[in-house]
Amino acid sequence: MDIITEDYSIKYDTETSTIHWQGIMRLNGKEYNPIAELLNEIAALEPSQITLNLQKLEGLNSSGITMLGKFIFKLAKKKTIGLLIQCSKKITWQQKSVKNFQRLMPKLQIEWD
Amino acid sequence: MVKIFGEFNDKELKSREFIKLIFSPSSVPLQQRWRNNSLSADFLADYLMTLFHQDENDPKRLEKQIEIKDTISYIANELLENAMKFNDDSSPYPISIQLHLYDDRLSLCISNSIPAAKVAQFQSFINKLLSTEPQDFYIQQIETAEKDGSISSGLGLLTIIDDYGAKLGWKFENLQLLNEPNYPLYYIKNQMKWLNFWFRVRKWFVARSKNPNITIVTTMVQLAI
Amino acid sequence: MKQIFGEYAEETVKSKEFLKIGFTPNSTQLQQRWRNNGLSADFLADYLTTFFPIDDNEPSTLQRATELKGAVSYIANELLENSMKFHNPNDDYPITLEVKLYNEHLVLCVTNSISPANLLKFQSIIHDLEHIEPQELYVRQIKQASKNDGNSSGLGLLTIIDDYEAKIGWKFETIQTQKPTEQTLVTTMVQLSI
Repeated sequence: MDIITEDYSIKYDTETSTIHWQGIMRLNGKEYNPIAELLNEIAALEPSQITLNLQKLEGLNSSGITMLGKFIFKLAKKKTIGLLIQCSKKITWQQKSVKNFQRLMPKLQIEWD
Repeated sequence: MVKIFGEFNDKELKSREFIKLIFSPSSVPLQQRWRNNSLSADFLADYLMTLFHQDENDPKRLEKQIEIKDTISYIANELLENAMKFNDDSSPYPISIQLHLYDDRLSLCISNSIPAAKVAQFQSFINKLLSTEPQDFYIQQIETAEKDGSISSGLGLLTIIDDYGAKLGWKFENLQLLNEPNYPLYYIKNQMKWLNFWFRVRKWFVARSKNPNITIVTTMVQLAI
Repeated sequence: MKQIFGEYAEETVKSKEFLKIGFTPNSTQLQQRWRNNGLSADFLADYLTTFFPIDDNEPSTLQRATELKGAVSYIANELLENSMKFHNPNDDYPITLEVKLYNEHLVLCVTNSISPANLLKFQSIIHDLEHIEPQELYVRQIKQASKNDGNSSGLGLLTIIDDYEAKIGWKFETIQTQKPTEQTLVTTMVQLSI
């Protein structure tokens, strides 16, 4: 359940239910669909908690933020899966934009390195 | 006809430095060119970084400069993605982006053509963006995107204002330059020759007959530094 | 005033694609601006490769794209460095770098203002390029450069013509600026077949 390209990679660690993100993602709208599908497949496995490790995701455009936002919103409605987002203070887009995810899911846990 | 929305600073002072990129209208599909958005945004950000006075003994300052660099890269990429997506490719006018550096702030301006039929839709989006509480707007947009299964949420512009603390403004211009009351005066004032003036009038008529319904929209982002 | 040297061609057919970069030449220290020449040249070259898609089953497409990227990056950087050397330090007329893509060739143009003193110097470099055998000129330039401690003006242009097999030409024109004075602009044009 991994997606690996020249610019970015998304890897799922089944044991810890952690999705590791790496690289720079500035895809054109629909190009995010396979990634959204991957996220949905992982949610369908019904782990009690999912961790999104973004600490190596250096760049993300607003379409990518929307994709993550939609996923978080879905989990918030579902209520059965907890969510932890691991971020890096060194990455500007995370410093600026991750806090908004809490608006979509008040129980969301955010952890800074 | 000119229409302004938001904080658009039309009478700019002279900037300390500027850099401008002009892209030709392209026949190559946008998907193939998509990487050029990110490439151009990163270039502008790197270029800007070089213009800053760098002091290795001042890590705080360096940190701030890197934050500005990342911010410009993010914002320029969002602006370029939008401009390329919404540009009217039948327009002969190129897309341009320019970065101006002042002592205490910088501005990014991007211009592209949109079909007249799309103007109202874009303006009503701007009005909604400017009049809704950012937090409400954010949730609304994600909710709608989730419901429609849509991919674009209009979140890019919101993040520029809300997450990066920038001012945002727009200028819509019709290409009917002659309707501007001071158009001939502008040329007299600038001591241009009348021949040149008539040449421009002719050029305008030719352009207008070919593209009667094109509006150029300029988006301006201002950021304190 | 308008003067043409070498192989300078005004555009008769519209280009398929173009990208133009304009920037202020002044204020920043030369060393930092130097870094931006490299950045701009590399950006232009990288941008251009988008229009030369690579087919994994056709190794020649990769080779072509790589060669072209290298050539454009080298030439654009040389042109920008020259424009910095010769531009008129007393005005802030922007320097522009433009690439235009046609079916069988591409054109790189750099335009900058030039002071009267630099104008003569530059035109004498052009004169040498046009009238002296490349190999002889090459040796002469290197000798001169070792004498003046590394000032190798002219060698860059020579390598463009000789090593990259490009055509090169210049246009000098005088324009009215807002100030009471006139300003001379020079455009260096390089044509490269693709």
